[in-house]
Amino acid sequence: MELIKLINALPGAVAQGLIWGIMAIGVYITYRILDVADLTVDGSIGTGGAVAAVMITSGCNVWLSLAVAFLAGMLAGLVTGLFHTGMGIPAILSGILTQLGLYSINLRILGNKANMAISVNNFKLIVSARNARQMSVENPIITLTILTVILIAVMYWFFGTEYGCSLRATGANPNMARAQGINTERGKVVGLMLSNGIVALAGALLSQYQGFADVGMGRGAIVIGLAAVIIGEVVFGKVFRNFALKLLAVSVGAIIYYLVIQVVLWLGLNTNDLKLLTALVVGIFLAIPYWRGQLRTRMRSRKGV
Amino acid sequence: MLHINHIAKTFNPGTITEKVALADVDLHLNEGDFVTVIGGNGAGKSTMLNAVAGVFPVDRGTIEIGGKDVTHLPEYRRAAYLGRVFQDPMTGTAATMNIEENMALAMRRGQKRGLRWGISNMEREMYREQLHTLGLGLEERMSSKVGLLSGGQRQALTLLMATLKTPKLLLLDEHTAALDPKTAAKVLELTEKIVTERHLTALMVTHNMKDAIAIGNRLIMMNAGRIVVDVSGNQKRAMTRGDLMELFEKAAGAELNNDRMLLS
Repeated sequence: MELIKLINALPGAVAQGLIWGIMAIGVYITYRILDVADLTVDGSIGTGGAVAAVMITSGCNVWLSLAVAFLAGMLAGLVTGLFHTGMGIPAILSGILTQLGLYSINLRILGNKANMAISVNNFKLIVSARNARQMSVENPIITLTILTVILIAVMYWFFGTEYGCSLRATGANPNMARAQGINTERGKVVGLMLSNGIVALAGALLSQYQGFADVGMGRGAIVIGLAAVIIGEVVFGKVFRNFALKLLAVSVGAIIYYLVIQVVLWLGLNTNDLKLLTALVVGIFLAIPYWRGQLRTRMRSRKGV
Repeated sequence: MLHINHIAKTFNPGTITEKVALADVDLHLNEGDFVTVIGGNGAGKSTMLNAVAGVFPVDRGTIEIGGKDVTHLPEYRRAAYLGRVFQDPMTGTAATMNIEENMALAMRRGQKRGLRWGISNMEREMYREQLHTLGLGLEERMSSKVGLLSGGQRQALTLLMATLKTPKLLLLDEHTAALDPKTAAKVLELTEKIVTERHLTALMVTHNMKDAIAIGNRLIMMNAGRIVVDVSGNQKRAMTRGDLMELFEKAAGAELNNDRMLLS
């Protein structure tokens, strides 16, 4: 357990946290704003990664690849949205259906292979794990920070517009939203599209960062996204009231998550046990508000006696 | 202003829970009518309001608001013509959004929502003045989350939001029933003031016979999905609770079964 090993791993953890933070902002849109638990993301992050890998290896511009990955993610969100609103399937099941279907689609995108390499040696990538400890503009942390700031700014603007406000109302109180003339069904579809577009964008960044796209790269993504959202809320909930700061908290939540993982690994945890640990930690954090409520009721009833 | 032409609605048809909520309702409102609606439990009062609002499609009949046939329009499209206040104070506002954001949403009822900023400074001033008329001090709390307000404050705000853009028809569904008597009286007073000053056409369900007689220019009583009593003008003004009960029993051939109504 040499400390230097941990310190060496930290920049990588921050960079990874930033990528997953972008993904988690997508999750925030559905989970917190629209009040929908969307499991499409486990598939759409892979879609984004696959689209970017294929486009970049065939010589396309990296930024164009990111844009197309975003659109592909939106398409995935559209499918989930139509399952939900057009076919009356519960949101959570709609997401699972799309996610499952996307597995086949992602394999197709990757040319019927389970993974595809995109080496930073051969292509001009915007982020790469190899540069995580470099003191230069090549460092992915710089690029990812800029991208995160831009994303938060765009989201802040969008959810402040008339249309964005109507999406927030849809999530906050669909009855009220409809009474104010808001098409809540369409709002949900648009929100799912936006969310999955952002998630796929994160997937496109992730496959560049790790140097390959993998058909299984999205497994458990929703849990990591939720972890980021919840850690962000637990740590900054009391101080960050502004919408932009809330999104920032999500991004920082993802960084904290990866830093903690790094520390746990450094302490000797087997990598194979990581998902179990993640599931347990997120489960406990999700339970905290419930437990807190129960405790409060019990204290109140005791006082009443 | 409102034409309900012989509408009917049965919930869960063909099942064990089948319920004829509206047997045959025919109601026509003139512009400026303020109609109170009373009736027993399950008489179809709220169902009638929800049918007008488009919460569900009707089985039969047509509904026209301000000369436009809205029978087949979805709820969110009908909202362009309607202002609504619900029984549950939680229903009419978005708790996690602040007061001015809620009002800005209501201000855009029936309009296209684009990518302009959701609320302008000019609007803010207008909202401040409007909130001031409620006399609840809400104008000082415009950036507070609505979830922090009391039930009465939320109902008053919902009422204001429902009339911010003048609706062709205001639907009030027992909007004071969940409030304590003092707050209920205040919200009711506010309702009368707004409806009278703005010459709105309104349909108000209530379980309070005294209010039903005292407020508005016309009163209807419902029973088993039909309108059984319809009085207006001088006849209504001269009415007592006893008269009303007698009228109801004669028309419906049954005793009134609404405990809340009898006790209030």
